[in-house]
Amino acid sequence: MSLFCSLQEAIARNVHDGDTVALEGFTHLIPFAAGHELIRQGRKRLRLVRMTPDLLYDQLIGVGAADRLVFSWGGNPGVGSLHRLRDAVENGWPQPLAIEEHSHAAMANAYEAGAANLPFAVFRGYKGVDLPNVNPTIRSVQCPFTGESLAAVPAIRPDVTIIHAQRADEAGNVLLEGIVGVQKQAVLAAKRAIVTVEERVADLRAPGPNAVILPSWIISAICVVPGGAYPSYAQGYYRRANAFYIEWDAVSRERETFLAWIRANVLDTGPEAFIHRSAANRADP
Amino acid sequence: MTTGSGEFTAGEMMTIAAARALKNSDVCFVGIGAPSAACNLARLTHAPGITLIYESGTIGTRPAVLPLSIGDGELCETALTTVSVPEMFRYWLQGGRITVGFLSGAQVDRYANLNTTVIGPYEHPKVRLPGGGGAPEIASSCREIFITMAMSPRTFVERLPFVTSLGHGSGKGTREALGLTTLGPTRVITDLCVLEPDADTRELEVVSLHPGVNEETVRAACGWPLRFSPDLSETPRPTGVELRVLRELHARTAEAHRHDT
Repeated sequence: MSLFCSLQEAIARNVHDGDTVALEGFTHLIPFAAGHELIRQGRKRLRLVRMTPDLLYDQLIGVGAADRLVFSWGGNPGVGSLHRLRDAVENGWPQPLAIEEHSHAAMANAYEAGAANLPFAVFRGYKGVDLPNVNPTIRSVQCPFTGESLAAVPAIRPDVTIIHAQRADEAGNVLLEGIVGVQKQAVLAAKRAIVTVEERVADLRAPGPNAVILPSWIISAICVVPGGAYPSYAQGYYRRANAFYIEWDAVSRERETFLAWIRANVLDTGPEAFIHRSAANRADP
Repeated sequence: MTTGSGEFTAGEMMTIAAARALKNSDVCFVGIGAPSAACNLARLTHAPGITLIYESGTIGTRPAVLPLSIGDGELCETALTTVSVPEMFRYWLQGGRITVGFLSGAQVDRYANLNTTVIGPYEHPKVRLPGGGGAPEIASSCREIFITMAMSPRTFVERLPFVTSLGHGSGKGTREALGLTTLGPTRVITDLCVLEPDADTRELEVVSLHPGVNEETVRAACGWPLRFSPDLSETPRPTGVELRVLRELHARTAEAHRHDT
């Protein structure tokens, strides 16, 4: 099976109903096109993991693709609420959503523990706050050397991690740059990894020997989807569509306008639409 | 709201008073929301050498416009360096390299504990808020914490439904009992006044009133019986430079975001 394939094939082959799926990208490089493909293929009962659910998980939750969410900050950055997430948590629409809530520090540590093949992460955190009272996966361990009590959370081990990156070379090695978030950790923590990229190139043009490069042999599938991070962004390719993030507030507030948006922009289109969506924000050459 | 002389809004006064809290030598972890404007105003006025850090991993960033999110490209392009999110939280925050964490929240109580998680019971919330994000560990790991948020009886409350980030807990001794050696919140800057924790009890008290604001107005905007410092003063008025730089920053920001469709 070829490493490079269509997005339709990558999702069909690697993501199954009921899987634990992490789509990562910390504000930057959010894999929107891949998330839309999950919606088109009608995936159900997903356990979605992501530090900042953002508009992408608002969309997946709003169509009923998930029955569980693991997260640490669930808002529309700089704008306000994620209305579909709120409707699911507050009213059970379109179906109840169980939540497993953490802090950023906990999830970042938990991904790193997953990548390092450890059963749990240990860190200084959750002191004097209420989250451990409502999330039973937040526990503590005692330092065997000093006796200090430290926070512990289980490692995150997704069935599949999906990310978007700037480019892949002909052999399928992938380069990320800019705000790189937790993507390297999330990929290394997962059983399978799907990467969408802006372009396939002869030379990765790595900025130096310490660039973030994911070797081809840790990736399950690579799909060339230019614009695939829109309305988030790809450093060096196109800017974040801040106006879209602001407009999403009105689109997502009511169930009917949300579903109409999903029909017109997800169900009735394909990944090729993303290149046009991102065109207005293309970075200056 | 404008004051008697009609020169500045309460929101501008809040941002300017918040900016003044920062020093040129600070290494500041910038929380989402109101803190971002204050931190960048400080950098563009009296603290050009300040190091601003956003949780997306950008260290020493110098954005020309305010980011809408904590991870806009502008932050990365103007940063000294950008590290991964696990590195940010493990080495830089937990590692004790940050002097000030600047936070905001939906609700605060008299001991400067913050709620950004839920209104109502957690299992059946009346309003589901975004949650903690980086704040719980920012609040415990930075040397000290500044908080900025507008004041009203719905935001300054007698009792928090949920403690997302620890301030001074239930008063003096809470942080110490948890083994924390950081200072916690040392200043709260609102649109009406500046508050600081009392040295003996850690309860917030008003230390300065913004120009044109009286004690009654502040009392009416607070959900608990508010204490005033015996040394209560008036917050210095915004200078012409502070107002000009802040307004230019907001104008550049609005223009930039309008184009990013």
